[in-house]
Amino acid sequence: MSRNTESNTYTILFATAMVLIVGSLLAFVAQSLKGKIAENKRIEKQQNILYAMGVNENEEGSVNFISKKDVDNAFSKYIVKQYVVRGLKATENNKAYLIDIKKEAEKAKKPSYARRLPLFVGEKDNKTYYIVPVRGKGLWDAIWGYIALDKDLVVEGVYFDHKGETPGLGGNIKERYFMDAFTGEHIFKDGKFEGITVLKGNADPKSLDKADCEVDAMAGATLTGNGVSAMLKIDLKMYEPYLETLNQ
Amino acid sequence: MGLLTKKDLKLVKDPLFDNNPITVQVLGICSALAITAQLKAAIVMAISVMFVLAAGNVVISLMRNIIPPKIRIIAQLVIAAALVIIVDQVLKAYSYELSKQLSVFVGLIITNCIIMGRFEAFALANTPWKSFLDGIGNAGGYGIILVIVAFFRELLGSGSLFGIKVLGDSVKKTGLYAFGYENNGFMLLAPMALITLGIIIWVQRSRNSSLIEEN
Repeated sequence: MSRNTESNTYTILFATAMVLIVGSLLAFVAQSLKGKIAENKRIEKQQNILYAMGVNENEEGSVNFISKKDVDNAFSKYIVKQYVVRGLKATENNKAYLIDIKKEAEKAKKPSYARRLPLFVGEKDNKTYYIVPVRGKGLWDAIWGYIALDKDLVVEGVYFDHKGETPGLGGNIKERYFMDAFTGEHIFKDGKFEGITVLKGNADPKSLDKADCEVDAMAGATLTGNGVSAMLKIDLKMYEPYLETLNQ
Repeated sequence: MGLLTKKDLKLVKDPLFDNNPITVQVLGICSALAITAQLKAAIVMAISVMFVLAAGNVVISLMRNIIPPKIRIIAQLVIAAALVIIVDQVLKAYSYELSKQLSVFVGLIITNCIIMGRFEAFALANTPWKSFLDGIGNAGGYGIILVIVAFFRELLGSGSLFGIKVLGDSVKKTGLYAFGYENNGFMLLAPMALITLGIIIWVQRSRNSSLIEEN
């Protein structure tokens, strides 16, 4: 080999070429798979929304979404209306579930921007569900979820997910025992918006005089729990003006 | 025999058993503990590692004469990282649920000591074909252990294999559960993976005394 692989010039040239080649290869792969990944995310969103209103294939203790191939049909069957809420005004929009909550929250930092809030109306067994998406901060990264309310604004079901909470601690927000505990909670107290607080208090689901608007916290995950409380308080409150009109 | 000489065969066979990266070299333990609660996830992890290791070994081996020695570790890292990202993207596109389940662990393939170890110790000094076999062998050895551990953990922990309930229904009390059998939830936690692994190492060493170190 005549090349001197030890020289500095060669090392720098090699590094530059390597970065360029690997970089363009990865960009190519990412571009060509982008559509498929976006489609998967869309399906997951539909599954999450349906999960919150109780359309799922849950078995004892496990979280099972409705299957991928059924989800499109189920979504058009159970989700009868989709709205974009702005204040008191709700406009129907059958693509509302595609609204990116994260981007909307970014845009809403400008005071001039009226945030678009998606709301889904589901119907199952002659019962109406109002499904509200929420998004907030956990301990390490984003947490989000979907809250299904009935017309009396009682929680009928929730789904939570997270990006990077500690597995086994904060990561348990997507476990059945935590999500199921939200069912039956009110988000209004004495006619005023209250939200749902995750805390260690008199909130054990088995307790007979369990406090309303409270959910038992997860052991070892206080900060993720606080994140969930804050997420529900802040994001559900944005829907308050509209939800109040339902309650009358 | 055509493609595989005796020496080549040894490259594949050795790491499967007598020089297994997990049980003998004790590398790659972290992912072996984390990802073995279910058989399906373990198999996908094993296949992903096999892809990264075999392809990475070949690429490194092809480049072994042009990689500047000063930055060879960085060059290896870049190649491993690129392959891992490709695996991650492909899983996201074609097996989304699985990729959610494997979550951070796919990204962590790059930190798997087996990969950098084989790049550095083998691929930098051998021809592409030999490096390819070495990659298949080592990833295979890693995969075998992963699958064995996952088999016992899923069977005893959840009473299922590949998600199919083979021991009957624990809720309706059919099959084995009718006789009062219960799933052992402890099997699903990381400590039991370590203990299962320990038992495998014990069995292997008791059958092959040449593996026992003298102290």
